[in-house]
Amino acid sequence: METYYEPQDLPKFEEMAEEASELGKKFFDYYSAVFAEGELTEREKGLIALAVAHTIQCPYCIDAFTQACLEKGSNLSEMTEAIHVAVAIRGGASLVHGVQMRKIAKKLSM
Amino acid sequence: MGTESLLRDTLKSSEENALTIESFRLALSRHGLELTRDQTHTLQINVGLLCNQACHHCHLQAGPSRKEVMDAETLDEVVAFVQRSHFQVIDITGGAPELYPDLGNMIERLSPLAPRIMLRSNLTALIDGRRDFLIDMCRKHRIVIVASFPSLNMNQAEAQRGKGIFEKSIAALKKLNAIGYGRDGSDLEVNLVSNPTGAFLPPSQAQEEKRFRRDLQRKWGIVFNHVYTFANVPLGRFRQWLQHSGNLEKYLHDLASRFNPCAVEGLMCRTLISVSWDGYLYDCDFNLAKRLSMGGREIHISEMDGPPKPGTPIAISDHCYACTAGSGFT
Repeated sequence: METYYEPQDLPKFEEMAEEASELGKKFFDYYSAVFAEGELTEREKGLIALAVAHTIQCPYCIDAFTQACLEKGSNLSEMTEAIHVAVAIRGGASLVHGVQMRKIAKKLSM
Repeated sequence: MGTESLLRDTLKSSEENALTIESFRLALSRHGLELTRDQTHTLQINVGLLCNQACHHCHLQAGPSRKEVMDAETLDEVVAFVQRSHFQVIDITGGAPELYPDLGNMIERLSPLAPRIMLRSNLTALIDGRRDFLIDMCRKHRIVIVASFPSLNMNQAEAQRGKGIFEKSIAALKKLNAIGYGRDGSDLEVNLVSNPTGAFLPPSQAQEEKRFRRDLQRKWGIVFNHVYTFANVPLGRFRQWLQHSGNLEKYLHDLASRFNPCAVEGLMCRTLISVSWDGYLYDCDFNLAKRLSMGGREIHISEMDGPPKPGTPIAISDHCYACTAGSGFT
């Protein structure tokens, strides 16, 4: 079935530097630096990226960072917990806006 | 190497894998590299394929039903070869070498002949209650234990190695620690080998060692010397799993795309030869699994005056990509 998301398109990511090479280089240099070990390990950064990938629901990112997490030594339990962190923040962000709803409702109500 | 032979090699590789990866020989050639021997200082001895486990990643398809085991005559020939060769390291592997009935005899005879003897252990065979003398013998002869321990996570470890192995492995490591292995100031060395538990490549060795050291100490009070992270080689039972799970093509592409020409110089096959349970020689245990003979013909250990000379070509095939991906298999 034809789809906008083809797994074999993922390695073409770097082609995005072809028409704007200077910007592309800056982006990819930055991207590599972000995921290199710093105060956080590469493994910890991979888990954060996996959680964010689920928040933005990017199939390319989910594919890439699932493999990256496994290759950095993470396991399925850790990866699932990382996603729950994203889920909690997304759910919490909706729920906390209930404060607005309650404030407006109270103002409008007798 | 001529264009014709490169083409033939690529075609052969394509037939073998039904895939489009560049042949390993071509990848070397493209980088102006040849894979030849350095000074050979290590003899790896594969005592046979009998094992108490049948791990999903085993390139040799070792297991409880395998009958291949080194006989007494071959053991004599191996010992004689070591006597005339002066190796720095003897690396005993299998199968589970603990199940080799002559292991004790082999260790007693080889210990005086090389400064460093390594025993590859799956840990569970070491503490199965039937070979308690082996641990004492290892301690007596200062045998370096190289233990399979793929993951700190039980589900991952058991998915690769079988149900119930995780707790037994932890118990074995505790037992080794109790007699001095891995302890600060001790000359008893235990190293852990972590192979990925699926169709993906291993983490950085340095980072994984740091994490294993912290978590094994914190959760179980276990100490060790080093962690080695190695990619799984797409041969034997692992290759079958890759095929059945639909991961073969992507895995081979991942290995080939991460070919690191700088890893070639430090490859273990440049300094090691491997002898099989039946006495034949290979450039490594993976070539043994594929019966890809050293020097392109079957050479028995009894024919050799000593180790092969530096500069001797090493037999290669596409599985060699597993040892040159990323930082390599050294």
